[in-house]
Amino acid sequence: MEPMHSLSPALLRRLLRAKDRMDAASHEKWPVRRLARVSGVSEAHFARSFKLAFGIPPHRYLLARRIERATTLLRDSELSITEIAFHTGWESLGTFGRTFREVTGDSPGEFRTHARATAHALDRVPACFLRAVHRPNLTIAVSEKRRRAAAGTNGPEQKEVR
Amino acid sequence: MSHGVEVMGLYVRDQDEALAFYVEKLGFRVHTDVRNGDYRWLTVQHPDQPSFQLGLFTPGPPALDAETAQSLRAIVAKGGMPPLVLAVDDCRAAYARLHARGVEFTQEPVDRYGSVDAGFRDPSGNGWKLIEARR
Repeated sequence: MEPMHSLSPALLRRLLRAKDRMDAASHEKWPVRRLARVSGVSEAHFARSFKLAFGIPPHRYLLARRIERATTLLRDSELSITEIAFHTGWESLGTFGRTFREVTGDSPGEFRTHARATAHALDRVPACFLRAVHRPNLTIAVSEKRRRAAAGTNGPEQKEVR
Repeated sequence: MSHGVEVMGLYVRDQDEALAFYVEKLGFRVHTDVRNGDYRWLTVQHPDQPSFQLGLFTPGPPALDAETAQSLRAIVAKGGMPPLVLAVDDCRAAYARLHARGVEFTQEPVDRYGSVDAGFRDPSGNGWKLIEARR
């Protein structure tokens, strides 16, 4: 694999802008064309450059951010699971539920029950950083995660922070 | 206060650009700007915080070799440096003021349990949160 710093700092800064835009509006659609435009990169190079820079393909990054927002809303809001699915950018409740379970290991409903039963000692962390603590650690493809789970070799992921 | 943390530095990609950003856009003041050959010690201060200096440094010689410096420039550009927090009285007013000056916001003001925060980046990629604490 090419070393990360084959990408110039100027390009990395522009790729960061695409990542920031997904962070700011993860419920929106982010086709490669749109992201490439934000970064001032050709569509052909965008996905590869993004993965080289951030270690994760852009669509998977977006997925992780959506699940992260969903976990926050499940924990902290009274919105129904259906409302949360549509708020966080999913077009079908089924896809949301399935992906959520594949990433976190729980269904949205189970997650909500556990999260509410667990007291947090995180009151002193500014709320805007707290989300990062709960960010799903999606470093592998969901399909790969499923394979490993089936083989019984799934890592601890982030269970310890719940 | 005569003892405590006095200087903390950020890595920036260009000190002139960083100086313009922190002074003209954020309203900091220059504390020290001294050059020795290619080396430049540059610190700025928040106008309400005379005991603390924020250093704006470029990674490079004499402290670092070229390859290490290049890695650090990449990390800064990818937003990999630790979080920074600027406390404000009124996050929405500060957002409006800074946004009008062309600051690159990554997050509009959001209410969280009574505190309000927004996010922006400096030109190099360092990420700041603008936080109005709960009253």
